Amino acid sequence: MFWDPVFNNNPIALQVLGVCSALAITTSLSASLVMSLAVIGVLMGSNVTISLIRRQVPFRIRIIVQLTIIASLVIVTDEILEAFAYGISQQLSVFVGLIITNCIVMGRAESFAMEHGPGESLLDGLGNAVGYAAVLMFVAFFRELLGMGTVFGVTVLRTTPDGGWYPPNAFMAMAPSASLLIGCFIWILRSWKSEQVEEEFTVGALPDAGREGRIR
Amino acid sequence: MERSVAYTLRFAAIVGVVSSAVVATAAVALSSRQEANRLLDRQRKVLDVVGLSAPDERLARAEVTRRFEEGVRTVVVELESGEVTSGIDPERFDSRRAAQDPESSRPAPANTAGVSRLPNHTLVYHVIRGGDIDALVLPFEGVGLWSTIYGFVALSADLSTVRGITFYEHAETAGLGALISDAEWQAGWVGRRLFDDDWSPRLRVIKGRAGSAETSPYEVDGLSGATLTGNGVTEALHFWLGESVLGPYLERYRLERGIT
Repeated sequence: MFWDPVFNNNPIALQVLGVCSALAITTSLSASLVMSLAVIGVLMGSNVTISLIRRQVPFRIRIIVQLTIIASLVIVTDEILEAFAYGISQQLSVFVGLIITNCIVMGRAESFAMEHGPGESLLDGLGNAVGYAAVLMFVAFFRELLGMGTVFGVTVLRTTPDGGWYPPNAFMAMAPSASLLIGCFIWILRSWKSEQVEEEFTVGALPDAGREGRIR
Repeated sequence: MERSVAYTLRFAAIVGVVSSAVVATAAVALSSRQEANRLLDRQRKVLDVVGLSAPDERLARAEVTRRFEEGVRTVVVELESGEVTSGIDPERFDSRRAAQDPESSRPAPANTAGVSRLPNHTLVYHVIRGGDIDALVLPFEGVGLWSTIYGFVALSADLSTVRGITFYEHAETAGLGALISDAEWQAGWVGRRLFDDDWSPRLRVIKGRAGSAETSPYEVDGLSGATLTGNGVTEALHFWLGESVLGPYLERYRLERGIT
């Protein structure tokens, strides 16, 4: 239950959800760690809350109820960060607030917490958030190391502006590099767990198959 | 399962009330801590910009406050008249919040810095050494490429040269415009001249490399790939230190101290 979304059904790598924030805040490891913790907190909280009221929620307004709960949790998280981790909350700026629109959170609420008990939902939330965090930390590790020569702010590769030998890679400081790294992450993961590779099919072949009733 | 309309409405109302109660409680319970953080952050930036602390130095909260109280005096300036007022507690004053409140702000005069409203008051910091003013730390803000850039510039007590510059908030492009936060680039401002002979701001971020402070006193290195951020910094600085914002205060300051 817990490990499944980390490696087998990773929300970013397999479901390709929540990529936007992964591009934006992964320039430094410490910011990514705080962002990961925020997502872990919100996702566990929203999954449990929604699971607890799943039998009472009127079906027709369930989406907006989920959104209200998630939004409240995100605002509370943002307030807590601003009170206890001011520097990093300034660095993350708007992206903590954007957890509200992170597809992973609503996706798990709608597809899992609405149908399972609070205990299972808690584990599912934790697992998915850790899966998200794993990708975030992977991307941030390489972006910080190659972009600034540091790991968690500690100098590993002395950069040329500081009188060292390593010319910092400005590409790593920009968002597109995260797409590249997420691509590498998916590649590595799928070479290891080859069952995640989608079956190849040609779009043109599908209608024919449909007519003959062979489509799965 | 279908529920009645009345049940749906009642449920929606309960969710709304409970959620807003939770959010409101968190906001109220944490606000004093957040205020303290904001104040501490500003104090730290002021210390950094005049070199009373190094930007990467790790300091305990109490140490920041101690150095600040020892070396810096905060004054509240009424912008239109340029007078220093004592009616407002500088520790509780937030110029950004003031600029949003129609009671404590006014529409900004036409400007190229992208500023639409000006607060009626702002904070100015006097850095004290040996009982006299050693430097002035002045706030400025303006729009860069993506975001509003907020910063402080420190000037020597006779207003002749820049002692330092720092930015406490912006969201410019990481790796390009965000290099305005880079300590090395900021160091290039030190020793330059901000005002021309008529006391209007002249120092600007140019394209390419500026010479030394002696050969090109009114120019600062450009940031390649971030021309618009650099222009934004120049415009913000010119607007805030020009006659429409801090001009009246600076004029009074010069008169008081006999600076011509």
